[in-house]
Amino acid sequence: MASHADLEEPLRRLRTRLAELESFPESPARNRDIQKLTEKLRRLTREIYQNLGPWQKTLVARHPLRPYTLDYARLLLRDFVEIQGDRAFADDPALVAGFGFLSDRPVAFIGHQKGRDTKEKIRRNFGMARPEGYRKALRVMKLAEKFGRPVITLIDTPGAYPGLDSEERGVSEAIARNLYEMSILKTPVLSVVIGEGGSGGALGIGVADVLAMLEHSVYSVISPEGCAAILWKDQARAQEAAEALRLTAGDCKALGVIDEIIAEPPGGAHSNPVEAIETVGRFLRSELEKLQKTGLEKLLAGRYAKFRRMGVFEGSPSSK
Amino acid sequence: MWFRSTKTPRAPRDPRTSASLGEGLFLKCDGCRETLYVKEVERNLRVCPKCGYHFRMPIEERFRMLFDEGEFTPLFQDVRPSDPLKFKDSKKYKDRLKESETRAGRPDAALAARGKLDGIGVLIAGLDYNFMGGSMGSVVGEILARGAETAVKERLPYIVITASGGARMQEGILSLMQMAKVSMALTRLGEARIPYLTLLTDPTTGGVTASFAMLGDITLAEPKALIGFAGPRVIEQTIRQTLPEGFQRSEFLRDHGFVDLVVPRASQKPVFSNLIRLLFG
Repeated sequence: MASHADLEEPLRRLRTRLAELESFPESPARNRDIQKLTEKLRRLTREIYQNLGPWQKTLVARHPLRPYTLDYARLLLRDFVEIQGDRAFADDPALVAGFGFLSDRPVAFIGHQKGRDTKEKIRRNFGMARPEGYRKALRVMKLAEKFGRPVITLIDTPGAYPGLDSEERGVSEAIARNLYEMSILKTPVLSVVIGEGGSGGALGIGVADVLAMLEHSVYSVISPEGCAAILWKDQARAQEAAEALRLTAGDCKALGVIDEIIAEPPGGAHSNPVEAIETVGRFLRSELEKLQKTGLEKLLAGRYAKFRRMGVFEGSPSSK
Repeated sequence: MWFRSTKTPRAPRDPRTSASLGEGLFLKCDGCRETLYVKEVERNLRVCPKCGYHFRMPIEERFRMLFDEGEFTPLFQDVRPSDPLKFKDSKKYKDRLKESETRAGRPDAALAARGKLDGIGVLIAGLDYNFMGGSMGSVVGEILARGAETAVKERLPYIVITASGGARMQEGILSLMQMAKVSMALTRLGEARIPYLTLLTDPTTGGVTASFAMLGDITLAEPKALIGFAGPRVIEQTIRQTLPEGFQRSEFLRDHGFVDLVVPRASQKPVFSNLIRLLFG
């Protein structure tokens, strides 16, 4: 399967037939057929989306109509103010940050931003942030710490931008610094992978007290295409690589990397963005409530213990 | 035409095999193309006596060079890799691990030890590029994190020597999380005000660069080492142009403000010793 369109082909055919039927003059037989077809469409949607394989999930996670960070900000936050620039070089539109009210709670809100149309995609660099993006994110996190606001990050990137300027300005250092600083940030941090969790570029805003993934999002050390290119010298074997990498939300939960899986609407987040965003909103509110009741010392000790445990090896367990 | 060179371009050095100096008596320097006597290069800390080119150096040799009298106590040797993903490409990860262990003589790509450097107690950890390209999986992450925690407990300056292709794909998302795990452990050193010094050697890329390699209080690099986030080939594919000479080399990182000092091998021990005395104790 090469694209998301193939996956939804049977649904598309049903929808076309349904539209045809609906254009017919009203009759009991037509109405019955419409009802039957609608039911079938619902069943088939559920069936397809409940049985997505790792590669299919990768395609769904990259779906161009999936809600992006700013969609969440628009729907979930009141009085959102975007904060721009890293105070060193530039602003990076591929990673957005700001403050807003989630219900009545002021929060820092940070996330990768992909573009919807071609122009926007280029401006947002397809959600691939440069060092400035990570430095801006850290700047906003430090502001959040200073003013006692919790931090919410939404992860949705193919990876940090692998370009000449990115290297020149130290994208490695920017990501590394974020990992270090987020480890000891004195305020609750909540992260959700809403689409693509692409490697270090994702982790660079993903060191959190609670990390969740949307049901059909993926989180991986390398893209399936990149993995296939290295292991088999053949990008076309991405599907196999996706299976080997264990990158689905279910896999990440089983491996102890994430805490929660957030359910998506039956046809995926793109089929009903508002519902998807609201589900995430409910999750964020309830988790924030819990996190804000936790004392700072306990919070930081918990964060340390959570990441310190990650990994599987043989031999004596780590002390403590 | 007579003036046109018929010489074919030099074959690029294979980064995977050039760790060893080869079997023969002689070798050709990758820097100046001079023919060198292998024994002489080895005696010279694997640096070309003619042009100063730094050949790669196995991690044990680096430990012997840095620790007084070449003596050190290895740590965390019982930590061994497993195969949480049951990963298989052209080969099973389990088999790859076994082969690498036979070849490298250690269960994974990291080595940590306690010892003295110019009479000062230090803890040094390093990556072994000969073991699956020095890639970071759970074991590498665990040893580096334990190294940091032990350094805090024993109040020893922590030196980390990197040589790595990045995260280990065969451990999937768990290898990515090692970046966070090691960075997390390093915060304890920072809070305890114990120096964390790094030495970046050829090559240091990917998730290793984007975590503990770039977090040193002071960052040293070996001359001309490749240091970067994305590999040069990936960048060339992204920007569709060839990269400038010296891009992503130690000197380039120093000039752009990401490396403090480019230090030739023979000076590394005195520089570390000096830095530790300047900062600590």
